[in-house]
Amino acid sequence: MTTLKVNGHEHQIDAEPDTPLLYVLRDDLKLNAAKFGCGLGQCGACTVIVDGKAVLSCVTPLMLLEGKQVTTLEGLGTVSEPAPIQRAFMEEQSAQCGYCIAGMMMRAQALLQRNPKASDEQIRTELAPHLCRCGTHMRILRAVRRAARLMDTAELLPADQRSAP
Amino acid sequence: MNVPMNPDRLQPSRRQVLAGGGALIVSFSLTDAFAQDQAAPAAASAPSPPGSLKTSPYLDSWIRIDADSSITVFTGKDELGQGFKTAFQQIAAEELDVPFASLKVVTADTKLTANEGYTSGSHSMQDSGTAIQNAAAQTRALLVAEAAKRLDLPAEGLKTENGAVIAPDGRRLSYGELVASDMLHVQAQAKSTLKDPATFRIMGQPVPRVDIPAKVTGGAAYVQDMRLPGMVHARIVRPPGYGAELSACDASAVEKMPGVVKVIRDGNFLAVVGSKEFQTVKAMKALAAAASWKEHASLPKQNDLAAMLTSLPAQSSTIFERSDPAVRGERTIEASYTRPYQSHGSIGPSCAVAQLADGLMTVWTHTQGVYPDRQAIAEMLHMPASNVRCIHVEGSGCYGHNGADDAAADAALIARALPGTPVRVQWTREQEHAWEPFGPAMITKLKASLDGDGKIADWNFEVWSNTHSMRPGGAGCLLAAQHIAQPFAVPPGKPLPLPEGGGDRNAIPIYSFPNAHVVHHFLPDMPLRISAMRSLGAYHNVFSIESFMDELASLAGADPVEFRLKHLDDPRGREVIEKAAQGFGWRRDQKAPPDRGYGFAFARYKNLAAYCAIASEVEVNRETGRPRLVRAVAAVDSGQVVNPDGLTNQIEGAIVQSMSWTLYESVTFDESRITSIDWQTYPILRFDAVPDQIDVHIINRPGKPFLGSGETGQGPAAASIANAIANATGKRLRHLPLTRRRIKDAIDA
Repeated sequence: MTTLKVNGHEHQIDAEPDTPLLYVLRDDLKLNAAKFGCGLGQCGACTVIVDGKAVLSCVTPLMLLEGKQVTTLEGLGTVSEPAPIQRAFMEEQSAQCGYCIAGMMMRAQALLQRNPKASDEQIRTELAPHLCRCGTHMRILRAVRRAARLMDTAELLPADQRSAP
Repeated sequence: MNVPMNPDRLQPSRRQVLAGGGALIVSFSLTDAFAQDQAAPAAASAPSPPGSLKTSPYLDSWIRIDADSSITVFTGKDELGQGFKTAFQQIAAEELDVPFASLKVVTADTKLTANEGYTSGSHSMQDSGTAIQNAAAQTRALLVAEAAKRLDLPAEGLKTENGAVIAPDGRRLSYGELVASDMLHVQAQAKSTLKDPATFRIMGQPVPRVDIPAKVTGGAAYVQDMRLPGMVHARIVRPPGYGAELSACDASAVEKMPGVVKVIRDGNFLAVVGSKEFQTVKAMKALAAAASWKEHASLPKQNDLAAMLTSLPAQSSTIFERSDPAVRGERTIEASYTRPYQSHGSIGPSCAVAQLADGLMTVWTHTQGVYPDRQAIAEMLHMPASNVRCIHVEGSGCYGHNGADDAAADAALIARALPGTPVRVQWTREQEHAWEPFGPAMITKLKASLDGDGKIADWNFEVWSNTHSMRPGGAGCLLAAQHIAQPFAVPPGKPLPLPEGGGDRNAIPIYSFPNAHVVHHFLPDMPLRISAMRSLGAYHNVFSIESFMDELASLAGADPVEFRLKHLDDPRGREVIEKAAQGFGWRRDQKAPPDRGYGFAFARYKNLAAYCAIASEVEVNRETGRPRLVRAVAAVDSGQVVNPDGLTNQIEGAIVQSMSWTLYESVTFDESRITSIDWQTYPILRFDAVPDQIDVHIINRPGKPFLGSGETGQGPAAASIANAIANATGKRLRHLPLTRRRIKDAIDA
């Protein structure tokens, strides 16, 4: 048994210690957002945040995560109460198939938590590990820039004014 | 194509009623109610209704209204990430006069929806969108007619609003009150009274996509996210290469591994089933290590695809011929262009869930064609097709025929061995890259002459290509069916008929040349597994034609945009070209900054779908050869626009994806194996090379037919970039991909 904190909740995980976090999230905890894309750490679709840092969950074994805080896209917000990054991706319509998007959003979230004033160059550099095949890159960049602006102002607004349009 | 109506939609009692003389159908005399403002396709005697209503004519195949006024719209097409679900909902809401959010759309499902074949070829708007639009308009007219009868008022005085028919005196009958059990079980009329586009409130608006909220919050959005009660996980151990045979496999140790439910071996089909996903992954690796294969060195030499293709046996046919002996060329040039095998490269490897219960096989799949896939799976399982149900659930974007159908077949084959248990099959990254059917390699040879005025006097175009569709088809198109002990043979490839074509898609020039000769060399032998990839042969043919147009413009000393306009009569095409050039700031005497170049290209997809022109600016690092698309400006005419943001998203995506194909991508292989099996061996675009800006200008054509737009950008983007590289470097590159190495070599040559 490994104790894992995911989205603020503590879970006892009955999985072999070499199980990659991705399978724990999807198979044991029934979370959808982190996606299997390659299992090789090459595409970024599985990205989640561990203790504030973007991590490729497909190559991060459970044994390294005892006591750490894992955040997935589900932990940021909901359709009715989206986090700024989620609201930004909705407002910019930044998806086609959307399979890569959850991973992109988590890395962008980690970046903006660290540096809310990230430049376009820094955003591009940060997203370098991520692949998108539909060619939605322009919109993804726009959404991350919008999220940065929303994060600057979102906390000032009451919750009922923070919902998506 | 003769597509049968889905029998499941008809209750036997209904069918008997219909068979009894068709009184129910003809009793709805709509002749007066439907004005003649929507041109149906010409037919000699009985004009047929437009779009997919031709093949699935009953209105209730498309629209259901329940007594509580809830409305469901059915489409036989898939949502693949193009945004159709939203666009179809807009169309139906508009023509039915109901709020957008008040209806829901059900996508391809062999039990519920019409058979619309494949979701491919940029056909969804013109087939399904048109059917839904006309079915909705005719449904609305039936509801108005029913209200007129009940209220004893003339139909002309009634209006519809917010899901109800409203009389001038304010009386209101909701659609749910008006609808009777069989009211919509009537065949569509050939013509509909469609709304005046000037009154549109929902169509033409950038309505946010209905699928995006779930996708950005971790909702269940994909077949990969399905978790049925009692579901088990399966992994396949594929052969190491085409035709490899399983010579030995001692699975006893694997069977004892934790969580393993079953090892399945059927000829060369090898799979393992487990209760937990990662335990199954580990078992797959152990099973792969336990398997010995006899491999065959059957693949061609990769380093000379052009010679390989032109040496294969060919079925050659002249597909276009025009002759004007009075016009003679003075200066002649020729060139040859090649394209390698390329991968769809879906970010999510293929996945499917299947369950055999009570003799019925249900398959949840991201196939592009639930009906053809059902047919193929049923054939493989020796089951009647009526006992197989295929339900489309979104997967990762596919861009054509990827591993989706094969994963569906894998899941069905394994589920048959575990009756009652839902089985989820997830391909690995390496399997998707190695086993997906690739976009075929192609070669084109062009030769043309200019007359004394610098106009093209004669044009010769030859293309060598495999077919561009090995979709099922039949069971023989499915990997699992090819690998089992009693295998199904791969069917022969067939050229896809013109005017849409396959390898010859867009091979016939849209320009007016006095002399033209176009030959298609169809290659039946397929050394690599190939099938449909977004835009089929149009990608390479447009790349070739539009590159060569620039070479000819250069020979004529003409501006590339003016040169194209000089040869193009089609007014909509001309407007698209002018719009893109204007948006880009294209000038006849323009000169790009150092190490940068400007390029232009244009095509009308299939010469019958959307028009697209793209101007681009590319920078080339002369030291390394590294190219980058800096900005692109596109103009597109897709007929009546339903969702402008959705259309813009498609064109932006097409440019970026085509740029990746064009600059980076080729499948690699040795004599027996595919060697490009992940993102390191098959590199694609990363964020460091993403353009600074892409602008898309839409030319809306209110009331005109929907033109497919999902693939129209692929060819022009490639040629526009190639032309910009030539403009930047002074060197013409004719062999895809236009890699850093090839550019560097050209600069240094």
